[in-house]
Amino acid sequence: MAMRIVAESARLLGASRLIPIASAHIDGALYHGDSGTLFAEKLVEGKAKVAIRSTLNVGALDLTGCVRIRLEKPQRDMARRMMEAYRKLGCETSWTCAPYQAGHRPAFGTDVAWGESNAVVFCNSVLGARTNRYGDFLDIACAIAGRAPDYGLHRPESRRARLIFDVTALPASFLASEAAWPILGSLYGREVGDAIGVVTGVTCHPGEDALKAFGAAAASSGAVGLFHIAGVTPESPDSETALGGAEPETIVRVTPQLAAAARARLSTAEHPKTVDAVAVGSPHLSSNEFAALEHLIAERHLAVPLYACTGRHVLGRLESTGRRKALEAAGVVIVADTCVVVTPILPDMAGGVLMTNSGKFAHYAPGNTGYSVLYGSLADCVESAVAGKPIFMDIVA
Amino acid sequence: MSLQAEVLVDGKCGQGAALTLTQPISFWGGVDAKSGRIVDVRHPQHGQSVAGRVLFLPGTIGSSSASAVLLELVHNGHAPAAIVLHELDAILLLGLIVAREMGWRTPMALRLDKSRFGHFSGRNVQVSPQARLSVCAEGITP
Repeated sequence: MAMRIVAESARLLGASRLIPIASAHIDGALYHGDSGTLFAEKLVEGKAKVAIRSTLNVGALDLTGCVRIRLEKPQRDMARRMMEAYRKLGCETSWTCAPYQAGHRPAFGTDVAWGESNAVVFCNSVLGARTNRYGDFLDIACAIAGRAPDYGLHRPESRRARLIFDVTALPASFLASEAAWPILGSLYGREVGDAIGVVTGVTCHPGEDALKAFGAAAASSGAVGLFHIAGVTPESPDSETALGGAEPETIVRVTPQLAAAARARLSTAEHPKTVDAVAVGSPHLSSNEFAALEHLIAERHLAVPLYACTGRHVLGRLESTGRRKALEAAGVVIVADTCVVVTPILPDMAGGVLMTNSGKFAHYAPGNTGYSVLYGSLADCVESAVAGKPIFMDIVA
Repeated sequence: MSLQAEVLVDGKCGQGAALTLTQPISFWGGVDAKSGRIVDVRHPQHGQSVAGRVLFLPGTIGSSSASAVLLELVHNGHAPAAIVLHELDAILLLGLIVAREMGWRTPMALRLDKSRFGHFSGRNVQVSPQARLSVCAEGITP
């Protein structure tokens, strides 16, 4: 069945052959309804096993027990069965949307089959490994087959940038701020759609967590699978290389006004007087991001819960250093294996306002949680959680 | 009038009121997997349902879980009657390929240039087994 799915997808994509792949990241173990569980169990019944290293993206449950998930028993059971089926198929129980920060970093130039839009874009853009945007089911099918259709971003000629996204006109202080990258990512995705662009005008490396935030936001607002940043990402020492020597088809010149409008679009709450909850960690927080969070909280107590979503790779370190206890004592709710927009964790609250520093949460929270969102930097999020009302530390862009 | 479309994924022929989206959509996070309702508050067709409709999609964006949402809609009976795409989206259509593997009845997925979508807006549309799209005699839908 797995091979048939891979072959049928290859036909649909017009790929003439299948290529061997080195690893997979599986996005199919998140419960959306019984159909996905039935599919995974059918694979298990057929005695399928993954042929290559395969990490798992988030599930619908927090199996570490950090937080309670508000799923009714039948759904909870089906979600658990689904997670169990993927484990039986031989996948690693990483349960994170940031596998690239949990030790799964394919080498530059290798072909892999990754799912989860932010992981795909990070894998292609920051690691320089080659994957298409594998949808649920095709990722596990490729992992079992050990092969993927040869098309799209697996082919070097398809990885060339065709447009320039120039941020030269933005202040250096803005580009150095953590808040800039989800905003720019969201604007980038909206402007380029599914095209490949090269970002120019970035003069210093913004750091891996900023690239993670940029890619996640870009893959939420557009069908982005790969971006280049001149002088930063591995296939783009300069814009000429990224463009493959060709002239760009389009140049998007990002003005402070465009960035401000992109920032405004990330919020759906209109002048809220209170904040009911704060959520960070989409993609999952790294150890460095937890350190920044702890530094900003500065031993104060939060008035409203701050949900901090992460994976087991970070949770273990938080526990061994005693930081988990300190964070929870301050009012942080740690969420592991899953996150607040993929499964019901936030209190069911009509008209609730959720503040976030994540472009991806900002994009999906209104539809998935019913909360309206307010976008701010991590510092804004912490100050607002302390005060229980919106507080903005700085005006960016 | 009728137009010939290209078959992307074969399935059962169907009939339903056209729902023409005016902006690309992400099925995951944009469409409720339980009901088929469009829940993306930023989408112009927010609040409408894809269930039982002949769904005209100018484009798709976002999450790689679109296939899971479509599979679930097929399984729970809230799938569109047919899906007409301006451009092929392998992630979304994978939901139909897997549904077929599971032995479930799947709607047909077709390709048609979005410049032709206007012919069907607001009408009842029939999709033949040969992938011809035609407006039903009863005309305008409620």
